[in-house]
This record gives sequence, C-alpha cells and structure tokens, in this order.
Amino acid sequence: MGMALMRKFIFRYLIPRIIQYLTIIFVGITVTFIIPRLAPTDPVEAQVSTMVAMGSSLDPESIEAMRTALTDLYGLSGSPVEQYFTFWGRLFRGDLGPSLDNFPTPVSSMIGQALPYTLRLLIPAVIISFIFGNVFGAMSSYYPENKALKVIEVLGQVVRSIPYYIVAIVLLVVFAYFIPIFPFSGAYPLGTRPDWSSPEFILKTIEHAVLPAATLILIGFGGWFVGMKSLTSNIISEDYVVYAETAGLRKNTILTQYIMRTAILPQLTALAMVIGTVFSGALIMEVVFGYPGIGGLAIRAIYSNDYSMIMGITIYSIIGVATAVFVMDLLYPLFDPRVRYQ
Amino acid sequence: MISIVRDLLKYDGRFRLAVIFLGGVAAMILLSYNSPYDPGKSFVVPWDLPPSQQYIFGTTSRGQDLFWWLTFAVRNSLFLGVLTAIISRVIAILVGLTAGYRGGWLDRVLMSLNDTFVVLPLLPILILLGFLLRERMSLFYLAVILGLFGWPFDARLIRSQVLSLKERSFTRTAIYSGSSGFWITIHEHLPFVLPIVFATTINNILWSIGMEVTLSILGLSDLTTPTLGTALFWANQHGALVAGIWWWIAAPALVTIVLFLGLYLFFTSINEFIDPRTRLRLIGG
Amino acid sequence: MALLSVKNLHAYYQTEVYGISRTVRAVDGVSFDLFPNEIYGVAGESSCGKTTLIKVISGSIKPPLKALEGSVNYTFGDYSVDMLRASQDELRQNVRWKEISYVMQGSMSVLNPVRRVIATFRDIVDTHEGITDKQKFLEQTRAHVNRLGLPTDVLDAYPHQLSGGMRQRVAIALATVFQPSLIIADEPTTALDVVVQRGVLQMIKEIQAISSNTVLLVTHDMAVHANVADRLMIMYAGRIAEEGPTETIFNEPLHPYTQHLIRSLPMIGERSTKVSLEGAPPNLAHPPTGCRFHPRCPYVMDVCRTEVPELVTVKERHRVACHLVKEDSL
Repeated sequence: MGMALMRKFIFRYLIPRIIQYLTIIFVGITVTFIIPRLAPTDPVEAQVSTMVAMGSSLDPESIEAMRTALTDLYGLSGSPVEQYFTFWGRLFRGDLGPSLDNFPTPVSSMIGQALPYTLRLLIPAVIISFIFGNVFGAMSSYYPENKALKVIEVLGQVVRSIPYYIVAIVLLVVFAYFIPIFPFSGAYPLGTRPDWSSPEFILKTIEHAVLPAATLILIGFGGWFVGMKSLTSNIISEDYVVYAETAGLRKNTILTQYIMRTAILPQLTALAMVIGTVFSGALIMEVVFGYPGIGGLAIRAIYSNDYSMIMGITIYSIIGVATAVFVMDLLYPLFDPRVRYQ
Repeated sequence: MISIVRDLLKYDGRFRLAVIFLGGVAAMILLSYNSPYDPGKSFVVPWDLPPSQQYIFGTTSRGQDLFWWLTFAVRNSLFLGVLTAIISRVIAILVGLTAGYRGGWLDRVLMSLNDTFVVLPLLPILILLGFLLRERMSLFYLAVILGLFGWPFDARLIRSQVLSLKERSFTRTAIYSGSSGFWITIHEHLPFVLPIVFATTINNILWSIGMEVTLSILGLSDLTTPTLGTALFWANQHGALVAGIWWWIAAPALVTIVLFLGLYLFFTSINEFIDPRTRLRLIGG
Repeated sequence: MALLSVKNLHAYYQTEVYGISRTVRAVDGVSFDLFPNEIYGVAGESSCGKTTLIKVISGSIKPPLKALEGSVNYTFGDYSVDMLRASQDELRQNVRWKEISYVMQGSMSVLNPVRRVIATFRDIVDTHEGITDKQKFLEQTRAHVNRLGLPTDVLDAYPHQLSGGMRQRVAIALATVFQPSLIIADEPTTALDVVVQRGVLQMIKEIQAISSNTVLLVTHDMAVHANVADRLMIMYAGRIAEEGPTETIFNEPLHPYTQHLIRSLPMIGERSTKVSLEGAPPNLAHPPTGCRFHPRCPYVMDVCRTEVPELVTVKERHRVACHLVKEDSL
C-alpha cells in the first residue's frame, strides 16, 4: 500500500470505525447509567428491604449504615452529573463493586471465571453455523433443483423463525428426556471438580456442550442460509457470473470463486451486526441447559437480587460486543480488496 | 385483493400452510372469550393430568386446563407483539424518513445512533430493566420498552428507500413547485415506504413475542398475565420436566411454533408476492 | 462452407406466475449464415431480440428461455456441433472459449470484483487446457496481453482500479486467449466515451484481421456498424427486417425501418432536425399481426396488417422482408 492509499484508508475507513466503536460504548454505558435512575424502584431500598425480609435482625442504625454503604456502592451519592463521572471513573478502573450474593467477591472476577464457558460455547457455534449456513445457502441458490438442499432449507427456515428458547427446550426434551443420550444440565457432571488436564474431564465437558452448541448452531444456520441464498440469487445474474458460465468454467469454480467469494463479504458485515443478538441467544441457551457461563451467572443474580452483578454483566456485555464488532471491522479489509485499494 | 388471496392460496403452498396455522391461532383467540375458566384462578380442574379427550393439552400442577389457559396466552402474546410493532414502526418511520429526507449531519447522527442500537446486546440491557421494574412490569410496559428498542434495523431500511425515492423526478418537481419538506415526505414518500413497513411489521411481531418468552423464562416479565412465555416460566417453576409433566412444556412450545411458523410463512409468501424482483425473475423479464 | 448456420429459429420465454402464463416471442423465425473471416453486424433497438439470439447461438439457453423450433449448427473445420442438442459437457469441453468466445454487454462488469484480473485468465486457461507450468502460463498471458497493446500491470490489478475502457480491453483479451473461430461481441462499446470507443473498435478489427476469424458484432449503434461490419442484419421485433453487405444496406436500404435507422444517424455538418419514428418497439408478448413494423411504418398498406412479409432475396446476398419490396421487384 502506498502512502496516499494508506492515508485514504485511515481517514475513510479506520477513523469512522473508531468513532463508531466509541459511540457504541458511550451510548451503551450511558443507557445503563440512566436506566436505574429512571426506574420507579430504588435499588438501594429494594436491597435493604430484601435483607430485612430475609430475617436479619438489624437495628435501625445499622440499617442506616447499610443504606449509606449501598448508596455509595451503587454510585448514587452526589448530583447526577457527579454520579455520571464517578460511574465512568470506576469503569476505567475495572471496578464494578462486589457481588452482593457472593460478598465480597468482586463482580469482575466472577464474570472473568464464567466468561470462558460462554466463549467456548459461543465461538465454535458461531463459526460452524456461519460456515455451514453460507455454504449450503449458496449451493441452494446455485442448484435450485436439488431435493436435499430444499429439505435443508425448509428445516433451516422453520428453526430460524422460532424463538431461541423454544428450539433449546425442544432439543432438551427430545435428546435428554425422551431419548436420553445427552446430559440434562451443566457443563460437567455434578460433583466433579473442573480439571482441564484430564482428558476424561474434557470429554465430559464436550458431551455436555453438544446440546447447547447444537441449538446455537441450528438457530444461526437458518439465518445465514436464508441471507446467503437471497444474496447469491442476486449475484447469480451478475455479469461476471454469467460470463464465467459462458466461458465454460467448472461449476465448483464458479460457485466458490465467483459467487460465494463476493456474497460472503456482506455476510461478514452482517456477522458483526448480529454479534450482540447471538450473544443474547447464548445467554438464554445457558439458562436452559444450566451452563455456568455469563447466562448462568445472570439467572442466579436475578434470583438472588444481585443488582451489582446484573449491572456488571450488562456493562461487560456492551463493552465485549462492541469490541468484537470493532475487531471484525478491522479484519474486514483483509477480505475485501475494494476497501483495501480504494 | 380477494383475487390475490385466491391466487396465493392456489399457487403457494406456504401461504396455504400459513392460513391453516394462523386460522388455528385465530380460533384459539376467539375461544378465549368463551373460556369456561378464569386464567387467574388455580385449582379449578384436577392437577397433573396428561392430555386426554376432556383436557386436550392436559392440566398443570396448578390445576389449570392448559388448553383454555393457552387461549389467553396466545391472545396476550399477540397483543404484545402488535403493540410493540406499532410503537417501533412509528419510531422507525420517523427516524428513517427524517434521516433520508434531511440528509447531511442529521442523517449521519441519526444513522450512527441507529447502528449503535443495532449492535448493542439487547438482552443484558433488558435484563437490567426487567430486574429494576420487577413487580411493576406489565405487558403494556414491556411492549413500550420493546417498542423503544425494536426500530433501528427498519429505520435504516426506510431511510435507504427514501434516498432512492429522492432521486426520482417527482420529488424534484414537488420541490420546485414550492412544497415544504414535510409535505413531500408525508405525501410523496410514505406511500412507497409503507410496503416495507408492512414487511418488517411481522418480523417485529415475531421478535417481540420471542423476547417476551425469553424475559419470562428469566422471570422478568409480568408473571401474573398468561403469555406463551409465562406458561413456560410456571412450568419451569414447578419442575415440570423433572416431575414428568412434559405436556406443560410441550403444549406452549407447540402453540408458539404454530404461531411463529404461521406468521413467518405468511410473511415470506406475501413478501415474495410484493417484491418486484421475484416477480421479474419468475417471468424472465 | 458456413461457420454457423441458423435455420428458422424460434426462441421464446415461457413463464407461469400465479397461474398467468406468458410467452414472449423474442426470436421468431430467424435464418442466417455466418462465414469464416468476416465481421457480421446485428442491429436493432433494445428488446428486438438481439440478446436472446446471442444466448441461443452461444448455447446459454436457460429457463424460462426455450428454443422451440429450428436449428443452430456450427462447423469448425471437420468438427460440427448442433447447439440445440449438444450436452453442456460437450460444449464446455470442445466449444466454449476454444471455438466461441464472448465479449458481453456491460462487459465492464464481467471481471470478478474481488479477485485480481490474472485470476480470471487462470480460471479460463485452467478449465480448458489445464495449467501445469505456472511460470509458463504467466509468461504466455503477459505476452498475449502485450500483443494487444495492454500494459502487463493490468493483470495484477483489481477491476475497480481499472478504467472502463481498460476493463473492456481486458475483456477482449480474455475472449482471445485461445484464438477462437467466433467472437461474439454484444454491445462492446456501449457506455464508453467516444475516444475510447474508437480504440476498442480498432482493437477488434485488428484482432479479426490478424487471426481471420469471425466476429459477430451486436449493437444498436449504426455508426459502429458502418465503421466495422462487413455484413449487416437489421432485426425488428424478433425477426430479420433486412440483411446484406454493409455498403449495400447503407447505400440502398429497402426496408422502411432500415431507412429510418440510417436517417437518424448524425452526419458531419448536418443541421436539419431528425425525424423520429412514432411509437415504441412492440411488446413481444403481444406482437402486432402481419408485419410487426406496420404500426410505426410511414408506408403502411392494408396487406401489412394481415400478412407476414417473407424474407426475399432481392440481389445477391441482400435480403429484405417488406411488402413494398415484394410489389416493386417481383
């Protein structure tokens, strides 16, 4: 890349992406800051009343002390503007306070422990469904008469239209309840200690991951399939594809090098756009399958009224998803020469 | 209009299937007005009975007839979906038309905001909201909240449509003849934008019903109102699967699938009918 | 011996959407021959059936297009092939690109937008001859491109980095890698500016002169035909209106439609306004009865409305389908 090209790339591509990245984080964090302050319930009062209801016999003085501590913990002391800056200040320090359920373990470290489980499930599932959905989607518009592809398309469309949770529960009921070939719940058998050096343990975790991963793959598959099919059915009539056919190129060459290679680019952009949605889907999956990732953490926090954990999960999710999108945007030019050599 | 429906019925299997599914859903909704049971009451029938002739979908551990209970659930879920769709359509049209018509910095700001909302992981934010609202959450609130988050994809779509309309000559004629921007937007562009709005409405209904199911599973929606989501929530609360009451899970799942497939097939079939490109492809134009 | 012999070809688009069937008679009873070593022009307004004719004779018939009647026969030396019956495999192995190549309409966009130009050369050569020696392939391709007066840098460029004229030249270079017997050029100069047009036409002429093959040049632009074509066919609404040597057509046009096309050409120093033809080309789903030109013809007679004029030979190699001509000369 020459200097002029490089400069053009930085100003036309890179800087807008960086601005967008910062905007997402700014808007997301601000929304999470505003929501609790607009909500009719006061999280401090809610927390205090749960603790009182739990039966702890506290004298009014210590309740008052707790109230002050919680107000401070939630960043609710001072004017709204002061609160806003304190909020960001704590974020930059990575300090999201202690979990109220597992006091005083910091929220950050609990999320750090759960995150690998979510990622181990999410990343392979996304990659597999992306690849298969796109390959089959392109094939189905290139070979419109193929019966097997039509069946796959119908299945993909059906699964795609149904809510995540229903797909998960159907798979769970069928493959863990009626035909019990997969474990019902968890990431590893109950009572075992996670030991990543033992091949037996790893095998067990894989066995536990099959159903949740399969659900994520199935759901994603239909979306990529349909998207790719509609993209390629337009590309098929593009001049360069018609030309390649007239030139008598092999069908496989046309499909991979001429059709899929261009159609995959908008799909990569779409992948960046739906990372948030896919992540949300993974959370639900973990709830259904009792998986100890971020979703599992969230459901426990909901039941135990752990406000700081919910807050932490929301904030980390926003930052994580925004960063994933940003990284994908940065990688995109590697695939599209039209961006690389504007 | 009638002839279109007749043609679709005759030549599109998906449309036929959609009509059957949606017909079933409509029948359930109508039946809910004649329900022999109040869905808010429990222990009105023997509990934990499997599906039988008397109780088609069986009964729950709370002593409710699942079939009749689900007639209310479908009605409420659909209500939520339609209300969400209306709210988010209004926002999508306003943002899309404004951004597309005004252009310039306003367009850039609106679209940047738009893309931000597309990318943000919605579920954690909704969990936070639901967590804070808890008991005060009602179906109406939920519809408003979902409506406030459900517009960005469609706003972008509408904007791009307006941009292409702007290039056409009638807009220029309208500008030269001294019409105000707002008048042009409403009278000239809206009619062309409405088909897109229709197409996206069904998708949005599906999305919001799905979201309600998700939030209910997490215990974060209005749990006292029967919906497809709360049906599953109560089944989980009572450990239906562990106790072997599989129909408590299966029946709402089945109804949800029928509703979603019906709407989805209806959507794809109509969309293909409206889409000029498909028609052109079919007649080899 | 004709290189290509088309006899009584009928090619229709037949579709059925939501119960409504529709037939577009895009090519309706066309017969002509192509001979080695000539540039044969096909002229006519858009949607007169030119593009469909090309699809059929290049063997790219896909539903809803169907060739219902007639024959399309090629003779390449001692190998002959029936285009309407040959299998796609046979066409791919023996005919496509080695005997018939194609410079298509809008060929500015025939290059794969996300690959370098050389990749398209590689695909074509590899499919038809196989590439065993990569270095040799590169050298041969560079030499080929150089021969046509193109810089070798274009091979390493992406299409969006090239100008329209350069992309069109690359398309021509691609069409000539194997020295085919027939090059079909469909509107090769449309959308190019005049100076670039001249260069591209010059290139086509030179290639034809050097390799003595046949070029089928399809364009609505009569000026291009006047400059390049040896023989010319005028198509109107799916049929041949007139055919003959280019000089004859321009000097003694017999069909009123041909006369109109030639009259509407801009002449140097001309100041008078053009007379435009009333009406639009007919809808080929419901073509007019009799002579299809009759609704727009300034000399229309009663017979034109009911009877289809036959294509008659008026002079050596000059054929015309018009009731006027029939009356005058027979």
